[in-house]
Amino acid sequence: MPRFSLLCALLLACLTILAPQARADVSAPLARLALDEFAETAKAVDEIAASGDAQAQAILEALGSARLFVDPATKAVYRRAANGDAFAAATGARVPAPPAGLQTVRVNNRLRGAIQNAVGALTLMSPDPARRRAAAESVFRSRDASVLAPLEAALKAEKDPGVAQLFAQARAAVLVAAPDSSNEVRIDAIGVLRARADINAIAALRSLPAKADASAKSLADDAVAAIEQRLRLLSHAQNVWYGLSLGSVLLLAAIGLAITFGVMGVINMAHGEMVMLGAYATFMVQEAFRAYAPAWFDFSLPVALPLAFLFTGLVGVAIERGIIRFLYGRPLETLLATWGVSLILQQAVRTVFGPTNREVGAPSYMAGAFDFFGLSVTWGRMWIIVFTLVVFVSLLLALKHTSLGLHMRAVTQNRRMAAAMGIRTPWVDAMTFGLGSGLAGVAGVALSQIDNVSPNLGQSYIIDSFMVVVFGGVGNLWGALVSAFALGVANKFLEPLAGAVLAKILILVLLILFIQKRPRGLFALKGRAVEA
Amino acid sequence: MIIRHLFARFDRAGLLFMLIVGAAAVLVPLSNLLLPTASPFHVPTHVVSLVGKYLCYAILALSLDLVWGYCGILSLGHGAFFALGGYAMGMYLMRQIGPRGVYANPLLPDFMVFLNWKELPWFWYGFDMFPFAAAMVFLAPGVLAFLFGWLTFRSRVTGVYLSIITQAMTYALLLAFFRNDMGFGGNNGLTDFKDILGFNIQAQGTRLALFSATAVALVLCYVLARWMVTTAFGKVLIAVRDAESRSRFLGYRVEHYKLVAFTVSAAMAGLAGALYVPQVGIINPSEFSPANSIEAVIWVAVGGRGTLVGAALGAVLVNFLKTWFTTGMLAPYWLFLLGALFIGVTLALPKGIVGAVHEWSDKRRARRKAAAPAPQPAEQGT
Amino acid sequence: MIAQTLTTNDASAFVDNPHAAPEVTKALLYLDGVSVSFDGYRAIRNLSLYVAAGEMRAIIGPNGAGKTTMMDIVTGKTRPDEGEVLFDHGKHDLTKLDETAIANLGIGRKFQKPTVFEMHTVADNILLAMKGPRGPFASLVGWRNRVQREKIDSVLETAGLIEHRGRLAGEISHGQKQWLEIGMLLAQDPAILLVDEPVAGMTDAETEQTAELLRDINRQHTVIVVEHDMAFVRALDCKVTCLHEGAVLSEGTLDKVAGDERVIEVYLGR
Repeated sequence: MPRFSLLCALLLACLTILAPQARADVSAPLARLALDEFAETAKAVDEIAASGDAQAQAILEALGSARLFVDPATKAVYRRAANGDAFAAATGARVPAPPAGLQTVRVNNRLRGAIQNAVGALTLMSPDPARRRAAAESVFRSRDASVLAPLEAALKAEKDPGVAQLFAQARAAVLVAAPDSSNEVRIDAIGVLRARADINAIAALRSLPAKADASAKSLADDAVAAIEQRLRLLSHAQNVWYGLSLGSVLLLAAIGLAITFGVMGVINMAHGEMVMLGAYATFMVQEAFRAYAPAWFDFSLPVALPLAFLFTGLVGVAIERGIIRFLYGRPLETLLATWGVSLILQQAVRTVFGPTNREVGAPSYMAGAFDFFGLSVTWGRMWIIVFTLVVFVSLLLALKHTSLGLHMRAVTQNRRMAAAMGIRTPWVDAMTFGLGSGLAGVAGVALSQIDNVSPNLGQSYIIDSFMVVVFGGVGNLWGALVSAFALGVANKFLEPLAGAVLAKILILVLLILFIQKRPRGLFALKGRAVEA
Repeated sequence: MIIRHLFARFDRAGLLFMLIVGAAAVLVPLSNLLLPTASPFHVPTHVVSLVGKYLCYAILALSLDLVWGYCGILSLGHGAFFALGGYAMGMYLMRQIGPRGVYANPLLPDFMVFLNWKELPWFWYGFDMFPFAAAMVFLAPGVLAFLFGWLTFRSRVTGVYLSIITQAMTYALLLAFFRNDMGFGGNNGLTDFKDILGFNIQAQGTRLALFSATAVALVLCYVLARWMVTTAFGKVLIAVRDAESRSRFLGYRVEHYKLVAFTVSAAMAGLAGALYVPQVGIINPSEFSPANSIEAVIWVAVGGRGTLVGAALGAVLVNFLKTWFTTGMLAPYWLFLLGALFIGVTLALPKGIVGAVHEWSDKRRARRKAAAPAPQPAEQGT
Repeated sequence: MIAQTLTTNDASAFVDNPHAAPEVTKALLYLDGVSVSFDGYRAIRNLSLYVAAGEMRAIIGPNGAGKTTMMDIVTGKTRPDEGEVLFDHGKHDLTKLDETAIANLGIGRKFQKPTVFEMHTVADNILLAMKGPRGPFASLVGWRNRVQREKIDSVLETAGLIEHRGRLAGEISHGQKQWLEIGMLLAQDPAILLVDEPVAGMTDAETEQTAELLRDINRQHTVIVVEHDMAFVRALDCKVTCLHEGAVLSEGTLDKVAGDERVIEVYLGR
């Protein structure tokens, strides 16, 4: 605590020391500019940059883009904004009617460079931290030695630790590249760059002058190797992350299918359309929020979840009662009938909502990204993974601890025996199908956040979800989990090697080959129960 | 003697079917050429092409019925074999364009020039020769089906699993053919054909000839399929369909039977595709789309699976409906109807039209038999 | 002890060895130390069974004794986890063959639940079973299309189904299906017949006829019958093996087995 207050006191002291300098008048350099001679102008640029005056940046930018003018009569300096409005250069006050006969202050190429650097240095002092960050990054990339002095000043004055770190890194980059840095300074700077450890740091390290000391050179080489290693690891981690993200989407889409296929042996080709209906339910809920409670928009997803579950679940029960129950024991016919259902649902949605994509918004917590040890993680993707796992675990618990779950497991293992035990298998079937469809609807809510909500939404998931179920082993939720994530990760690792489309084709071909080896999936049930 | 033997293989419906299609092969072109446009019996050229297209679909349906109706293999990937046959023919037609393309390259088709390709990929060699292309029409789908079947049937992938991986197969091919790098014209496919066997593909005469060829091919495919299913081979196929493991215990190599049926069927589908492409003038990757393959299944289901004639009839009927719907004001309702067709047929008409007619006539015969205790021996003969 | 381990570990060497154990060369069907388990449940435990050529053998035992699983192993439907299954005096290792190959070696099977090809006529069922080449090309253009009607009819005569030859197999009665399946076995003319519960659901008269039919078949074929019906087993008048919990409990004449304390305990009851 005392140390902190000491630091504050020091900072305050610095500021008070800097402040008077920063308030230095720009009238003297403006007088130089009024002479309109290149040597004087060059001096003026340096002075203006050093003045720290509030008008400094505006003046320099105007000078650089030939919008700074001198009244030859009064030697007063004016600048014009891009839209033509005139201002007094010294005060920044708007001049509604500037005098006639203004002359442009001329600049040459050498001056232009100096002005650019000066402006860059000035943005280092900008009150907006985002601009300071951008300025630091640009210095980091340009490694321009002339910015070193303002950079160091900015570094001293900087209070935001994140920006201060960027300044320090930019300074290190400049020092490494500068031909006249001392060896010790270089070695320190290399350490800073090594800690930064990204692709730009490698570029900065490679800018080490050829005549640098051997010790610095070997350190820089080590640092580059270490960073490259880290970047490789990072790219693998990124692939795994993208893979998990894709896997969670696959799992969400497939989990309901795993239930209906596993328990009832029913191939539901309309499963993808259930996902689509869930997405459209989200759209409807969001429309309602937009119309009646725009301030509560962030709650649209939590409200959409149960509604989508209920809605698609009811549609599922209707399909089961209306069609599928007449087709038990004829799986191929069920496949065809549910395909028919999927066509009708698609066309119905197309008729009601139109064929184009519908806008589903992202609540604030789904937007943006954060940095996780160098890994850029988008909130949306992360919440979808978390959500998928929550759905998965609750489903497992529900199957284990509810009476519907018990009945479902009984029916899966031995339908006839379950019926003989007094379990109402038709009811279990209807509920199972409803549950599977409801889960698809819930998946639709999540997918509406990352995919286009259009009548074709379901089509793009149906084959993938079947592959997940078949690969994992029918009737095995854990199998579905493992297979969804395995397929997702495999896909993302193949993508950089083969391209997205080819990766997908490869995965399909591998799956087809896999089914030859293990016709019943990764985690197949064995024994007589399977035959029955 | 041989003819008598052959005729014994066909039932009344089959003979009628061959008669109608055979007659169409002759009469439709004649009516188009000889009758004045005003005559009610004149068949306009565009109708000839349209019906020719239906007949191609009928061949596809026939091939599907061979494996689904008789062997229980519900292939959701037959569209892939159809498309492969189509691409083989399309490649021949592409090479026939020669220097008449937009870029006037004597060797490379336009899309290759457009992609800045310098030489012809190896798999395009030989397609300038019709016999080679014709062989590939059967071989490309046949070999794919053989490999696919050899892998799947051997490891006893059956039922819905098999259906799903056939669907995955055609989906993978769809994705592959969409790629420009594959060398099959990518998204746009193959089109702008000029002539076939030296005849202008747009000319009336060529169109009529293609129609007749398709009709003849349909009859020949029917004869082949009918022959396969009425021999002991067909009896084994049905045995496999109804009780696969029993057939194994009886000593039948189930996978070999399935493989023969599947490969022949795929080659037949390839032929359908090859006849289809010159008549519609284009082949593109959308032919591989899983939806197309499933649609073909519903043709068979509507007509009646396991009847052959029904499959062909279903294909023509459903596609006629499709044309009628999608060209008029009813276009937005076509998918509703198609969906309802899927549901209605599986629920209400599981044996399809021909199956239902058979059942009805069987019942009527049984009733008549019951009414007349001493049936005429002649009546039993059919 | 070491020699025994060696032979059980290397079945092929065992098959090739002309000086193998006498049971192997004497037995048409030879099962030794066979075990199999399903998801942890041991359906067959160290089962050994030798059936000589020309023998008729009845297998009895309570439900879950492993009778059907034993047949599954012999016919290749189930692979044993360990043990040897040899056929034709040790010439063929059945654990390495699939159902089709085993059937073609001459092992025929009738299932517990009669499975015939219901969409085919009775005569076509026999035609499909008829011994002869079974490849796709033999069926397309070859031999199987020229099987004489007389041959089929003689089998149907034996099975008592001649007046039903034109009916669909799905339409005939349960008992007739049982006979049709036995008829199919006859047409198949295998070296050994495995018959699983042939008289389940039959009347007494039918049961008697079936026993007679099997005894008749046994004159030219080796037969293994699994059955619960003790009257039927007595009528067969053959050596009996009683299985219990996947292993042989007792073996010998029916009287000996029926008198065995343990058999009475677990199966017959007092």
